[in-house]
Amino acid sequence: MPSIPASADPVLSVRDLVVEFATADGVVSAVNGVGFDLAAGETLAILGESGSGKSVTAQAVMGLIERPGRVVGGTVRFEGRDLLAASAEERRRVRGSGLAMVFQDPLSALNPVWSVGFQIGELFRVHRSLSRRESRRRAVELLERVRIPAAARRVGEYPHQFSGGMRQRVMIAMALALDPKVLIADEPTTALDVTVQAQILELLDELRAETGMGLLLITHDLGVVAETADRVAVMYAGRVVETGPTDAVLAAPAHPYTEGLLASVPRGQSGREERLRPIAGAPPSLARIPPGCPFHPRCPYVIDRCRTERPPLAAPGSGQEKPRNPREILPRSAACWRSDEVGRVEP
Amino acid sequence: MALADSPVVEVAEETAPVREAGLWADAWRQLRRNPLFLAPAVVIILLAVMAVAPGVFTRTDPRACDLSHSLLRPTARHWFGYDLQGCDYYARVVHGARVSMTIGVATAAGTALISVVLGMLAGFYGGAVDTLIARVTDVWFALPTFLGAIVVLAVLGGNGLAPLTLVLVLFGWPTMTRLMRSSVLAVRDMEYVTAARALGAGDLRLMTRHVLPNAVAPVVVYGAIRVGIVIAAEATLSYLGLGLQLPAISWGLMIATAQPRLLSAPHLLLFPGLFLSVTVLAFILLGDALRDAFDPRLR
Repeated sequence: MPSIPASADPVLSVRDLVVEFATADGVVSAVNGVGFDLAAGETLAILGESGSGKSVTAQAVMGLIERPGRVVGGTVRFEGRDLLAASAEERRRVRGSGLAMVFQDPLSALNPVWSVGFQIGELFRVHRSLSRRESRRRAVELLERVRIPAAARRVGEYPHQFSGGMRQRVMIAMALALDPKVLIADEPTTALDVTVQAQILELLDELRAETGMGLLLITHDLGVVAETADRVAVMYAGRVVETGPTDAVLAAPAHPYTEGLLASVPRGQSGREERLRPIAGAPPSLARIPPGCPFHPRCPYVIDRCRTERPPLAAPGSGQEKPRNPREILPRSAACWRSDEVGRVEP
Repeated sequence: MALADSPVVEVAEETAPVREAGLWADAWRQLRRNPLFLAPAVVIILLAVMAVAPGVFTRTDPRACDLSHSLLRPTARHWFGYDLQGCDYYARVVHGARVSMTIGVATAAGTALISVVLGMLAGFYGGAVDTLIARVTDVWFALPTFLGAIVVLAVLGGNGLAPLTLVLVLFGWPTMTRLMRSSVLAVRDMEYVTAARALGAGDLRLMTRHVLPNAVAPVVVYGAIRVGIVIAAEATLSYLGLGLQLPAISWGLMIATAQPRLLSAPHLLLFPGLFLSVTVLAFILLGDALRDAFDPRLR
């Protein structure tokens, strides 16, 4: 798969992002210092279970965190500018034309009272000051680009008249209307039929290749990651616990949580009897994240150090090489004291 | 990359029947075959014509009176009989529709304007804005409507349509504002609002394009019912001598003047009372039908 090397200046660069929610039980940290880079033309998957903070991360990047949530710290640099330090108006202008987002359930993410053509066209009317007629023409073009059959006829129809997969195409068309540099897709296939999921992923991948935009794919589905992502960042309890090129991470996970995830889904290798091994225990409540490594209560590799001291993201293997510059994220890293032993020794 | 050649036909694609739809279109499709909507709608259209062009219904001047006809009972030529001054009562009842319809529609429109704006701001922004608007609404809500209206009208010394409308708006907006606010609160958290924000929509656009059309239905419904209530309120205030004064022509005034002659000339009470009741009923039925049509759970 041709992709622009990640060594180029990232178009989106997130560091030390912290998001808290005020709840009746006190302050809950949904995101505790997440960092990642996304280059133009690249697909980065953020993989995690429900409650790992992956969707909150996406919302924080878009600037969509609302009360009772609050972005407490960190930077979100888009084309070099820190959005968290920008004014509300500046952020609004970046949304849509710089960063765009596709949501999980396209039926609830499309306004039921307007036709899809009107909703897409509105972006051109408002942001590009195009006429009604011209906006509609561009809407038809976009619907064709996301491969909706008979686009010229369907442009006047309403969201509920489309099937799930077609609706998600409409949502994608809307997100692409203003030629964003980064598209964030938050579980874009979760609400869809299995047969349609692959088509939507293919479409996203083609559009990424055509436009050269960066694609940030939020998902809980390892299969989706394996098929589409150049790189992956695995999240657990509001932190990135492992990151690296998809092939490398899936072939040789360096964090016990990633290894556990891989063992808990069928690989589909023919002729071999395989047992699925679920990860013991449940993800921690975000109001009471365990001290030390947050994964230690469920971890088969746990040692005493894990209970008290949280491991930093570092290159797996010998010597636990840490980046010299603390803002740098190594191409391949894991947050585990025993990352060099994962998969090599019996826990 | 071979992906570009992949077939475009989706496996799960159903062929949905082609029809215009959406919340409002669906509601209209349901309404136009509902007799409980059509009947009041026809009545209201007739009343509206009566208010705008009473000449369509009667050529008789309601103020051309002849005392020799005073209190005559209904006849084949004069269906509603004559009033105390000997004016044709049918003509007077027809001309009375204008006051009722004007006050009903003007009050409902004024109330809706205040309520939609305040309710939208409170619901959309929440926080301090909401607290302020909600508390003011609560306090206002506690003021007794009729007593308040009577006091204000007495102070204004008003006896025209304008002060009456003003008073009815003044004491009518809190209920509708609460309704709008709760409706906005429910819509504001819908994902399509977040999605529109994610694509760069500003607050004003979010409110007018995305929240308003999805949140306004309950207010429209209540507004229709409110027209009926307000028309009755005008009649009540006029009856109490605080609304319109003679020589204005209004159903409330007619009922007030009919009262002392209830036994000797019951038609003076019967006809304006009947028109008033039918009008109020029509608006309330219309509101009910609208509510059913806008609430998907009742479909």
